[in-house]
Amino acid sequence: MRRVAVTGLGVVSPLGLGRDVFWTGLRDGRSGVRRITRFDASTFQAQAAADVPEFDPLQFFDQTTSETLDRFAQYALVAADEAWQQSGVTLDDAARDRAGAIVASAMGGVVSHDESYLRLYGQGNARLHPFTIPRIMNNAAASHVSMRLGLRGPTLSTATACAAAAHAIGEAAEMIRAGRADVMIAGGADAPIAPGVVRAWEALRVLAPIADDPARTCRPFSRDRAGIVLGEGAAIVVLEAWERAAARGAEILAELAGYGATADAAHLTQPGLRAPVAAIETALRQAGLAPDAIEYVNAHGTATRLNDSAETAILKRAFGAHAPRLAISSTKSMHGHAMGASAAFEFVATVLALRHAIAPPTINYTEPDPECDLDCVPNTAREMRIRAAISSSFAFGGLNAILAVRAV
Amino acid sequence: MTDSIESQVMAIIAKKRKLDPATVTLDSTFEQLGVDSLDAADLLFTFEDAFGIVVPDEAAQSMKSVRQVVDGIRRLVAERAGA
Repeated sequence: MRRVAVTGLGVVSPLGLGRDVFWTGLRDGRSGVRRITRFDASTFQAQAAADVPEFDPLQFFDQTTSETLDRFAQYALVAADEAWQQSGVTLDDAARDRAGAIVASAMGGVVSHDESYLRLYGQGNARLHPFTIPRIMNNAAASHVSMRLGLRGPTLSTATACAAAAHAIGEAAEMIRAGRADVMIAGGADAPIAPGVVRAWEALRVLAPIADDPARTCRPFSRDRAGIVLGEGAAIVVLEAWERAAARGAEILAELAGYGATADAAHLTQPGLRAPVAAIETALRQAGLAPDAIEYVNAHGTATRLNDSAETAILKRAFGAHAPRLAISSTKSMHGHAMGASAAFEFVATVLALRHAIAPPTINYTEPDPECDLDCVPNTAREMRIRAAISSSFAFGGLNAILAVRAV
Repeated sequence: MTDSIESQVMAIIAKKRKLDPATVTLDSTFEQLGVDSLDAADLLFTFEDAFGIVVPDEAAQSMKSVRQVVDGIRRLVAERAGA
């Protein structure tokens, strides 16, 4: 089996444009959560979200192109450009057939959906924008990335809710291992901050009410945690067959060493125990890593009551006596829960944590919860050697995906 | 009025959860009735429609038994009537 190198990272996040501002934001414990201003949310219970600030599509696309793209695909393209540029990959014509893209989106073009339904049902206007379908399709981001970069290999989208980008990155790595592709763009994008979507999440009663200081709304693992804060953006990575990256003298940022994917086959929203643990074990086995080799965990950490306590139990079961020695952070406390982009944010955060030898913090931690009694790197980043780490994702629908990363 | 809220709540729970109505009592907890968090969100949605109320999240979190639901709804119905 071939090894998989990570050679490029690109991010459009609530912390700003680019991987550098993403990393410094996480390292400094800066929150991207703010009061919703994109629409009037004054009657909403959930009035805070982690939206991407100051994103002007016309800075990146001409007017005509911009109109064919929902916001989630715009984010994906900008992040893909950054990752591609960093990788320095060049492809001759034949190599393009062996380069592909898997870009996750849990929700697709929901902003465009929302606008079209407002027009149709709210304003009684039966003529919708002719680009509505190309904008809303979940594969729009993957397709536009393949067109922009000229990738003709396996290209598809995953839509597995909160784990979608972990599946995208993991499956892309499997394609390289299996020899079906040599270079893969992988990651996720979502832009769910639209009235109809926020209302739908509210109905499930899992969103946190806005805190007095909106930046403090998302409080994973803290006893006073109050639920999810929706986020948005995109993160894209370039994965490459190890020999190919080494042969061209590329800077290898990390090794994507293992991937585990399982399903609870049980409950729609409550995380299980057995299957998530099995996903961790599978990822570690593929990576050839013993549990006690893992030093950092980027947690799913949604800040719901159920997730964070269940995740603590999962890590205890999977890592046994080593669990208390893990540095575990939920960076969602800063970038929010960006649905199909979340796991990509968190994979990038994990790679950068390895490279900088810093575990980013879980911010807004105020009070220990006996049900979440592992080390969640509360409030302040920690300098520490990290040779191997995992990033965990547990999606609604009981779908678990784990990515194991090893330092170069 | 009071009895009506009580009996309607119990009838809705029995119907939605496909339970023998005799097994749903005022002292039943959600746990005993096999009502998990997702079922609870669904039930609350039904109660909101049935009684013309909005159950805030804080109130919802303290509704873990039939009695707590009935008390909560009674309070919200009274508030609405008073408003």
